[in-house]
Amino acid sequence: MARYIGKRLLLLIPVLLGIALVVMIIIDITPGDPARMMLGAQATQEQVDALRDQLGLNDPLPVRYVRYIWNVVRGDFGTSLMSKRPVISEMMERFPYTVKLVTLGTAFSILIGIPLGIFAATHQRTWKDNTVIFISLIAASMPSFWFALLLIRFFGVKLRWLPISGVETWQGWVLPCAAMALGLAALIARQVRSDMLEVIRQDYITTARAKGLSEGKVIYRHALKNAMIPVIMVIGGIFGSSLGGSLITEVIYSIPGLGQYIMTGLNNRDYPIIQSGILIISTMFAVIILIVDVVFALVDPRIRLQYARKRKGKGEKQSEDKESKEVAAS
Amino acid sequence: MKIKSRKKSRLHEIWQQLKKNRLAVVALFIIILLILVALFASFIAPYPYSQQNAKLSNAPPSAEHLLGNDKLGRDILSRLIYGSQQSLSMGVIAVAIAATLGILLGAVAGYFGGWVDSLCMRLLDIYQAIPMFLLSVALAAIMGPSLRNAIIALGIGTVPGFARIMRASVLTVREKEYIEAARAINAGNGRIIVKHIIPNAIGPLIVQITMGIGGCVLAGSALSFIGLGVQPPIPEWGALISDARSVMRQYPTQALYPGICVMVSVLACNLLGDGLRDALDPRLKN
Repeated sequence: MARYIGKRLLLLIPVLLGIALVVMIIIDITPGDPARMMLGAQATQEQVDALRDQLGLNDPLPVRYVRYIWNVVRGDFGTSLMSKRPVISEMMERFPYTVKLVTLGTAFSILIGIPLGIFAATHQRTWKDNTVIFISLIAASMPSFWFALLLIRFFGVKLRWLPISGVETWQGWVLPCAAMALGLAALIARQVRSDMLEVIRQDYITTARAKGLSEGKVIYRHALKNAMIPVIMVIGGIFGSSLGGSLITEVIYSIPGLGQYIMTGLNNRDYPIIQSGILIISTMFAVIILIVDVVFALVDPRIRLQYARKRKGKGEKQSEDKESKEVAAS
Repeated sequence: MKIKSRKKSRLHEIWQQLKKNRLAVVALFIIILLILVALFASFIAPYPYSQQNAKLSNAPPSAEHLLGNDKLGRDILSRLIYGSQQSLSMGVIAVAIAATLGILLGAVAGYFGGWVDSLCMRLLDIYQAIPMFLLSVALAAIMGPSLRNAIIALGIGTVPGFARIMRASVLTVREKEYIEAARAINAGNGRIIVKHIIPNAIGPLIVQITMGIGGCVLAGSALSFIGLGVQPPIPEWGALISDARSVMRQYPTQALYPGICVMVSVLACNLLGDGLRDALDPRLKN
């Protein structure tokens, strides 16, 4: 297992190097001079040139890339052009907000999604099942920012139960997390339902029923455990993509998190923020996916065994396994 | 001629399967309706989308203005109708870009295999390591806010999903006899990919394309909402929600309508996608 995790961590390095390169190229090929942006329209060409030199913008792309990576390795993620403060310390202040939002949002969606999915699967082809499916379809089709606004209007303005923005108190977290959780819960519920339906038809469930276990035990001890494996994959993906989705939620509820920080960076063309912000969020995303894969390998005895007897049938089996995961993930 | 008739029968077969799913048929009907509304917006809309009338600022619904007026006194119904043009074209064109790139990438990776495949897949790994919405937002913001740039950003952001499904599908087609036959008569790789691999492997992508359009309408409205998509005064559903935000307290219905429009179109795409998946699934045939 340790070898598997080690290997995955090593594979992470080229991916992160690639992301840094991609972001740098994107910024490079788009028009707009950051030095000119910083100094404003009145600055003379000499001043702009001097600043370009000082920022090292005149060096060719490979030189800048290597320098950026070298700085990142030493913990220097650049300095914000606007606030003149190190990007990493500004990010660290905002980091807890985003983590809290994404974690709570995902936790909410799991708490709602899994029971709903089980409920729908155990009542297949009844009106209860149909209602759950229909509601989850609608929820998944709703723009989350629109739902967020409706929540504010109803609970914040009309009923005055909860604050409409800001997260100074715990009440402030309720609406943003609910807004994030809605679409995700719908996805989880649909996934749980279809996996449960697949598992319930298996022979070992019939066996469990035949030996006289109660229905609750059959569902929760035997079926759910097996149905959870693909669900964990989906939850990992959801957790990761909600990192991107937190952007809008943070803007709407004025949560001072990473998403809002990157938005300001984008609006001001503050390139160090854009570059390092995307790199850091992507790293978090990659680490989450890695954790999910490890958990996946731990809970699924079939995969665990495969890595245990890895030396025998290396090659194909692993790539085959990866293939099926990729398909499942997409 | 012969080929044409066979194609028809395949479509007919899918239609026969799809017809059994009532929700999918309704969804298809809604999608056709939305497309017609978008195409003939200038005939259907009662007023031009930018015609202002200060006297009617935030007016409630009336016989002349069925859904009322926004804060500049513009007819909300007309703006919703014109908005469908922008929102739908965002979804359709972005998916067209993503599907074209994804199909080519997936076909090349799957067909050649070996190091080409590894290279393409590692590139996709890097690509997918950036959360899709973040990538689209960053691209749209860096290129500058406009409808065209938002479409490109959305298209580029959604390539990997298409490429992976295409590759998996190509892998199942690659070893078929007819590919060997094409190779035996000395067809070039390019010809084999375009003429034989892509048409035969494209089936599983139909579902992805249908649902992708819904996804891009949704993501596109989010881009416009944060000001990175369609620019005022041109109406787009996401931008309309953003406009209505400032009067949300007094006139919440103004934000309600465009959200419902987005929801209905995305829902229709998802339902049709679900229906097509079942219709295309050979296990459910008979």
